Amino acid sequence: MTSVVLEFSGGLELLVDGKKRLEQEVPDKLTLGGLIGWIRSNLIKERHELFSQGQRIRPGVLVLINDVDWELEGKETYNLSSGDCISFISTLHGG
Amino acid sequence: MAPKLCVLCAASRACLRRPKTSEAICKECFYSAFEDEIHETIVNENLFKPGEKIAVGASGGKDSTVLVHVLKLLNERYEYGLDLFLVSVDEGIKGYRDDSLDAVKRNQQEYELPLKIVSYSELYGWTMDQIVEKIGKKSNCTYCGVFRRQALDRGAEYVGADKIATGHNADDIAETVIMNFLRGDFPRLIRCSEAITGDSVGDSLPRVKPFKYTYEKEIVLYAHYKSLDYFATECIYSPEAFRGHARQFIKDIEVARARSIVDTIRSAEKFRTDPRTSSEQTLGACVNCGYMTSQKLCKACLLKQSLESDQKPDQGASQTKERGYHGR
Repeated sequence: MTSVVLEFSGGLELLVDGKKRLEQEVPDKLTLGGLIGWIRSNLIKERHELFSQGQRIRPGVLVLINDVDWELEGKETYNLSSGDCISFISTLHGG
Repeated sequence: MAPKLCVLCAASRACLRRPKTSEAICKECFYSAFEDEIHETIVNENLFKPGEKIAVGASGGKDSTVLVHVLKLLNERYEYGLDLFLVSVDEGIKGYRDDSLDAVKRNQQEYELPLKIVSYSELYGWTMDQIVEKIGKKSNCTYCGVFRRQALDRGAEYVGADKIATGHNADDIAETVIMNFLRGDFPRLIRCSEAITGDSVGDSLPRVKPFKYTYEKEIVLYAHYKSLDYFATECIYSPEAFRGHARQFIKDIEVARARSIVDTIRSAEKFRTDPRTSSEQTLGACVNCGYMTSQKLCKACLLKQSLESDQKPDQGASQTKERGYHGR
């Protein structure tokens, strides 16, 4: 298993029992797309469509890899390493 | 993958791709670009004049929290000479507004700005919780939208403001452009893309949108990197089906081509109505409360009357329903 830190904010924390940050063991050799699918199946209890459609993150949810915009890191194709911090931030809630 | 360097300073590691330009830039260059572009909007669109009192609509959410932060910073940096106030509307929704109002109060202390909270219960005698209890969840957004717009005006008048600044961002405006386009509401299609609205009709305070060209993605990342304190939650009553579809559409095209958002706004700016066919409404004062209206009673008083008389809202109110809410 690979150990990563997951962060949920901007309202997404409500999909994972209000947890904003969790240290999580995930299967080895996941891509970020694979991680998104894994989170959807294993951590999210309800309203899955607010997070992703399969491995495709919902448009309007920002993803950061170690605090860097995932668009600079290959998005879904990024290979997860132990110790990575992945942040999911919704922009879809009122302002 | 080797870390990418910022294309602007070529010294630090890039941390985001800008949606408007596709440039990969570092945090420091992002802060400057973000703040400079808002300053440019303020200057180019003549949003403020020295000495004005500005009521900033503060909800405790991401947009208004970043707006308060940036306006305070730019006001000092470029000496706009503005007097800033925070105005918050308390709709009376338990478990939604209480928490976000706490975020506003923390902002008030951090930025040392005066705060005025106006509530639906003091203005109209009804909280949203009571309204929903009476009419159900179906058209409650109509009430909330009409009441909020007027409440923000009242709060701004109370503090003696000259203008109201709101946190509507480029994504919000593009969404509204799409909605007004689909409705065929031409006057609103043109108005919704303007950075200043409401100053031609006299009685209501002008509203300005310093974030008109600012992407939601950048607002959220700015708040994230600067660790600004905001509150994110969904209104417990709001299904907002029509805006939801427009929003989904805007977010989908953003993934395909991020510039589409600002292009949508630019295209709305190019629309013009034929002066021969556009009719100016004449505005007077509501006979009940004195708020500006083109009818005898303003929309808020009409809605209030319908709440109290058990009747369905009449023509004026149902028009509002078609036009949606939030005054975007």
